Amino acid sequence: MSLALIAALPFLGALLPGLMIRAGRTACAMATGSATALALIGLLLHAPAVLRGEVVQARFDWMPGLGLNANFFLDGLGLLFAGLILGIGLLIILYARFYLAKTDPMGQFYTYLMLFQGAMVGIVLSDNILLLLIFWELTSLSSFLLIGYWKHLPEGRQGARMALAVTGTGGLAMIAGMLILGGIVGSYDLSVILTQKEAIQASDWYLPALILILLGAFTKSAQFPFHFWLPHAMAAPTPVSAYLHSATMVKAGLFLMARMWPVLAGTDAWFYIVATTGLVTMVMAAKIALFKDDLKALLAFSTVSHLGLITMLLGFGTAEAAAVAVFHIINHATFKAALFMSAGIIDHEAHTRDIKRLGGLRTLMPITFTIVTLAALSMAGIPPLNGFLSKEMMLEEATHTVWAGIPWLFAVLATIGAMFSVAYSFRLIGHVFLGPVRDDYPHKPHDPGFGLWAAPAALAVLVVLIGVAPMTMVGDLVTVVAGAVTGGDVTIKISHWHGLVPALWMSVAAVGAGLILFGAHLRLDALWLAAPRPEAKAIFDALVDGIAALSHGVTARLHDGALSRYFVIFTLGVLGAGWLAWSEGGHVPGLRNVLPIPGVALAGWLLLAVCSVLVAVLHRERLLALVVIGVVGLIVSVGFIYLSAPDLALTQISVEVVTIVLMLLALNFLPKTTPRESSTARRLRDIAVAGAAGLSTAALALALMMRDFAFPTISDYHLANSYSGGGGTNVVNVILVDFRGYDTFGEIIVLGIAGLLIFALAEALLRGAANKRLLEWVPELPKSGDRHPLMMVVAGRVALPITLMVGVYIFLRGHNEPGGGFIAGLIVAIALVTQFMASGFAWTQARQRVDYHAFIGFGVVIAAATGLGSWLAARPFLTSNFGYFRIPPFDKFELATAALFDLGVFLTVIGAVMLTLASLSRIAIRAGETVNTTAMDNDPSQPAPAKGGH
Amino acid sequence: MIEMALIFAFACFGLGLLMNLWRVTVAPGVPDRVLALDTMVINAIALLVLYGIWQGTAIYFEAALLFAMTGFISTVAYARYMLRGDIIE
Repeated sequence: MSLALIAALPFLGALLPGLMIRAGRTACAMATGSATALALIGLLLHAPAVLRGEVVQARFDWMPGLGLNANFFLDGLGLLFAGLILGIGLLIILYARFYLAKTDPMGQFYTYLMLFQGAMVGIVLSDNILLLLIFWELTSLSSFLLIGYWKHLPEGRQGARMALAVTGTGGLAMIAGMLILGGIVGSYDLSVILTQKEAIQASDWYLPALILILLGAFTKSAQFPFHFWLPHAMAAPTPVSAYLHSATMVKAGLFLMARMWPVLAGTDAWFYIVATTGLVTMVMAAKIALFKDDLKALLAFSTVSHLGLITMLLGFGTAEAAAVAVFHIINHATFKAALFMSAGIIDHEAHTRDIKRLGGLRTLMPITFTIVTLAALSMAGIPPLNGFLSKEMMLEEATHTVWAGIPWLFAVLATIGAMFSVAYSFRLIGHVFLGPVRDDYPHKPHDPGFGLWAAPAALAVLVVLIGVAPMTMVGDLVTVVAGAVTGGDVTIKISHWHGLVPALWMSVAAVGAGLILFGAHLRLDALWLAAPRPEAKAIFDALVDGIAALSHGVTARLHDGALSRYFVIFTLGVLGAGWLAWSEGGHVPGLRNVLPIPGVALAGWLLLAVCSVLVAVLHRERLLALVVIGVVGLIVSVGFIYLSAPDLALTQISVEVVTIVLMLLALNFLPKTTPRESSTARRLRDIAVAGAAGLSTAALALALMMRDFAFPTISDYHLANSYSGGGGTNVVNVILVDFRGYDTFGEIIVLGIAGLLIFALAEALLRGAANKRLLEWVPELPKSGDRHPLMMVVAGRVALPITLMVGVYIFLRGHNEPGGGFIAGLIVAIALVTQFMASGFAWTQARQRVDYHAFIGFGVVIAAATGLGSWLAARPFLTSNFGYFRIPPFDKFELATAALFDLGVFLTVIGAVMLTLASLSRIAIRAGETVNTTAMDNDPSQPAPAKGGH
Repeated sequence: MIEMALIFAFACFGLGLLMNLWRVTVAPGVPDRVLALDTMVINAIALLVLYGIWQGTAIYFEAALLFAMTGFISTVAYARYMLRGDIIE
């Protein structure tokens, strides 16, 4: 199975739960699980090859220009993590089926879970660091959804927000670090980067890149001082805690450190940052865990501690330590996921997770007791379980490590960490299961059904099996993974007995001291509760509040809602940049000659200039301003003709008409004047800024036109290829429907959305508070004259077929002569608008039973289908084709797919314009306007003229 | 000969445009300005046709046609707005 498919399967599987939940909860879980199982099988099919030392690859170019390719590769490390993610994922799906209550929306849960699973698999299989970053961010987002799954719980929402803030910030830092790394190497492919150790470590940018990448890894893996989000994320349902916060997501940071180990590790900076952070995290979190009463909080801090342990091992920078880290990742995933699920079972059965309220569950829940005992003993590092093996090897590595000239520091602190680990593990067993049976449980506990304990039991079996026969179970895997992490050959030997080495005595000391701590827990707990300690959540909240207040303040100053202020700031910025470029860059006058100015062109220029100024002067009288804008539009249209752009002119002419009509429709319900809001001084400032900007633009345009192009323009390409490539002699149209067809496609979609949006807004207006105002609306202008004058009705009717004919003509000839779908759509819309104006909205609407929403939809669909059609010919989206045909007795004619695309444009334009018009007219009807039933005021064809026809 | 006539016509219609501009700028009311705009459209149509003759091409005639066909719609809309408020009743 292709690696890309393995990574895609969970995402595809995320579609299933929403559908299958209708078939019941079991069917939903099975459908979800089958996607994961399929991916797992696909992965395991690659396992033999990977265990032989091969690297499986799958490569697709996605955006090669950005260096972003969908490249996947599978080596030992990827196999281990993908196996953990999919294998434990499968168990979690089973567990969640029985854990979630009937009232919890299970389909939603599984969808989030599968999204998360896909993102995780993506991270561990990516061979491109940009792709990896995308999946990395996806895990942050999907874990946010999962942690906040119980939306009604404030802790859940706050915990989700905190997790997103911390891991998201780290993710941002990591993006920067990865980009630096890619910049050093010159490639974003991991398989290339991993071979460039010397280049990376010799670079000046090594340290910034290292720190930024580690920030991402540390926040994700909850390393000190970013550890505080993990306990708060425990507000999530237990399956989420077991999956994200013990087995997978928090290990993403470890994965990244292991993945980057060959190129980043081995320097002093790596050792002091990573190993020290790991050590501090391990000891500190283990100590806190001992004093947590909430089962899940205890496990959360224990997880932080074990993550610290693994981080420390990776930080040592030796191949042996990295191998131990790999081994402990496996062991921790098995025993910790089992413990989390068991904690969920206890919570589920006893209705509390508070250790102080539990105790004596041994006889009531014997199965859970067995599972927890095995897993917790492994966590404590008691032989022969798997936790013992990796802990022993960790202590061994710690004794070899010297920190800043102090040879004993790591050994002593690691032993202390192990001691706390023993103490809280025994507390978990002792205070929850041992002791007398109590009679004040919130709910009488008993063992759950098989479905709930099957998953943790399977993991507990693994704990024992790996513990008893480590080399048989995972020897090969650890060897291959360690080889992948270190980029060299590593020989692994895992055994229970190493002789009377220091690590053995440290282990014995840790167990002994841990038992003493456990025995003295009651007194220590009192001390702990009495001592003041920083509350991470309060600090975090204060920090977030402070930052939010700061950004709110900045935003309020810069973004105060005054458009004129934005314009001033923006314009001054552009002016400043332009001035800087002009004064720094030097200026050579252009060499072209100024052409003579014909008299008529001068007159047109005068009209344009005077009316533009007039709009600014008259803009408070809105109707007047509209009239003057009409002049500007007219001159612009004529100007297009004069400057040899007939297509633009045709478009502009029709756009002007539609604009004026729509503006007048809207103006009816708007204030007729604009109030004066700013002081004279401010207006003078604005005039100065605007004038400077206008003059600068004019100077710039002049400077540009006075010289030849510095580079060959794209116009030459278009001119040369329009007929041969697009089959049309009208270059503008060929650009629109062929060369830049994608743009046009996007534009008609935007146009359609705009039309629908205006409809929706008008609809909301009619339902909302404005409705009352509309119902009480009194027309501001006195009504006079004929409502539907006969002359206008007749003229409009006569013009209708002619205008439609012209529309069709403009449409058909568009490919070779000025015209096209857009202009034709506007012309047809104008013809229809004329009928509306002549005979009124209701009368006309009753006579054209077309749904303009559907017009928009058909238009977009036709354009899209034309584009997709080129796929059938195995060509890229929107590749056009054309041919010449002859049907006697007609002349030879051309058929082009581009014309079909243009039809889509045509329909969308009509739909959008007419829908906007209908939306605005509906407002008028609501405002108490009567509806006409006859075409005109005095209809000579009717025997009895109905006056007014209201 | 035709050139002389064209130049004369250009001058006349150009002058016409400037007079329209005067009416748009200085006028007793909105209706005068709307009429000035409407006349401007007529003058523009004339100029387009003249320009086509001058250049010896028919390619600008569609623009003139479109102006003639749709230019009056804006005028009607302005008029309806001033008379009735709502242009589509």
